[in-house]
Amino acid sequence: MGRRVAIVGTGQTYHKSSRKDVNGVELIQEATSRALEDAGLTRKDIDAVVIGNMDHFEGINYVDTWSVDGNGGLYKPVMKVTTGGTTGTTVAIAGYYHVASGLFDTVLAIGWEKNSESDTTAAIITCSDPYWERPTFGGAVAGLAGTACEYMYKYGITERDAALVAVRDRKNALKNPYAHLRKQITVEEVLVSPMLAYPIKLLDICPRTDGACAVIFASEDKAKKIADKPAWIHQVSSRHNYTFLTDIERSGRMPTLYEACMEVYKNAGIRDPLHELDVVEMYTPSSFAGLVWIDALGVCDEGEAVRLVSDGVTEMSGEFPINPSGGVISTNCIGATGLIRVAEAAMQVSGKAGEHQIEGAKLALATGFGGCFWSDVLLIGSPRPN
Amino acid sequence: MFRKNYPLLTISSEIELPYNYSLGKYGGRLVTELKQNGRIVGIKCPKCDHVYVPPRRVCGRCFIEMDEFVEVSNRGILQSFTVVYFSFLDPETGKKRPVPYGYGRIKLDGADSEFLHFLEESDFKKLKIGVTVEAVYNENRVGSFKDIKYFKKVEDGDPS
Repeated sequence: MGRRVAIVGTGQTYHKSSRKDVNGVELIQEATSRALEDAGLTRKDIDAVVIGNMDHFEGINYVDTWSVDGNGGLYKPVMKVTTGGTTGTTVAIAGYYHVASGLFDTVLAIGWEKNSESDTTAAIITCSDPYWERPTFGGAVAGLAGTACEYMYKYGITERDAALVAVRDRKNALKNPYAHLRKQITVEEVLVSPMLAYPIKLLDICPRTDGACAVIFASEDKAKKIADKPAWIHQVSSRHNYTFLTDIERSGRMPTLYEACMEVYKNAGIRDPLHELDVVEMYTPSSFAGLVWIDALGVCDEGEAVRLVSDGVTEMSGEFPINPSGGVISTNCIGATGLIRVAEAAMQVSGKAGEHQIEGAKLALATGFGGCFWSDVLLIGSPRPN
Repeated sequence: MFRKNYPLLTISSEIELPYNYSLGKYGGRLVTELKQNGRIVGIKCPKCDHVYVPPRRVCGRCFIEMDEFVEVSNRGILQSFTVVYFSFLDPETGKKRPVPYGYGRIKLDGADSEFLHFLEESDFKKLKIGVTVEAVYNENRVGSFKDIKYFKKVEDGDPS
């Protein structure tokens, strides 16, 4: 059993489709400075840095070393972590491990991406098997489209059902000053937006974003001194699936997310997540995934997620609010995306979420989704864990 | 800090970086079978009996080595599909990938894993999960995954 760990500071850049005013190092520095400022710390207080993105989006290797000006890691231990879409949540989990191990007291975790600098789909395709999969695979959009097609067939959901998720998240984004896409959309607008890969249309899918996020993890002793209201890490879990897209087990609920959630709930003593969790920052790369994967959170019977969304249960005012930040459909700086879920979950339980604060939120779930349908889950709360 | 507005510049850079990936003995055997015999081979786990296509050395579920190659059918059931309409840079060719194109996951008769390949049909209204599809081979086979041109819907059980 590791030591108790809490998040004591978070920082984000103002996310945009293209940040031509900064290079990668400067973008990273913006988020890092905001996190230090939020925690009331300086670079000197940081014992180690964990940083992640995906090399091929920017075509530069060794971000851990070349971004040292911006990541605050000069003459400190710096480690790079890259796990595809889950990079941001994995960076957070690695930051947590560093502190929980007892070897480091204060650790800075950074996720970032400058998606404007290359062809995102081309870069994503390089994650698939070079021979058997690349010729057909059409990146995240097409991969998610294939599964969306399957969900429509299996659960009888419609393109209109899925559109509700995009409309909800984009509405929430209006309250988040850092969100990338801040314009209200309607179901009709989603349905008539250009078809990218059937059945996914432009407004069903996450954007490409330039942005960075930084989160500071601290040991119990430090956390109590640094933060008025630390966001404690209650549980973390990670599950990986097969690498070949065609080997992935698809029976029932999104299996890696379901397994990771069940482990987290079991270890945290949660029996009724629908009522016990106050807010979820869910990695929803597409509207269809944002609908069907609710099943995997264990809050409804399989195939029933559409009812929760259409009944307003997942709205900010509902029993089970999902993505008050606006979620991935509003902001997607890929290496930062998972870490933004963690930061937002921490902001909620620390009462720092501003206009998109869920009143009285004590327990928040953050999820990460990566390339081959793998999942990270973090449970974050304001009460100190037992 | 800046006395006047300087332009925000970007520089373009292209990297031509050719790779030579190994198929290994197992992948190589499938490719050779496609070329010489127009058939698809998978590999069967001695412990869980799971048949994998393409064949590979280790069963991830049991984490043991496999050596029993089995022929699977050129026909199978379409498990999911998409038709891609947006174009993007293809890392295989360095050019924009032609669109629209359909592809899907096919569970070949005799296999447990699925096989990812192109579909002849690129009108999503004419595609349906659960239909039977069959491999159509190129006339000149060179020993490649793409010796199968695409998978084509089988009408009423007969290839049309």
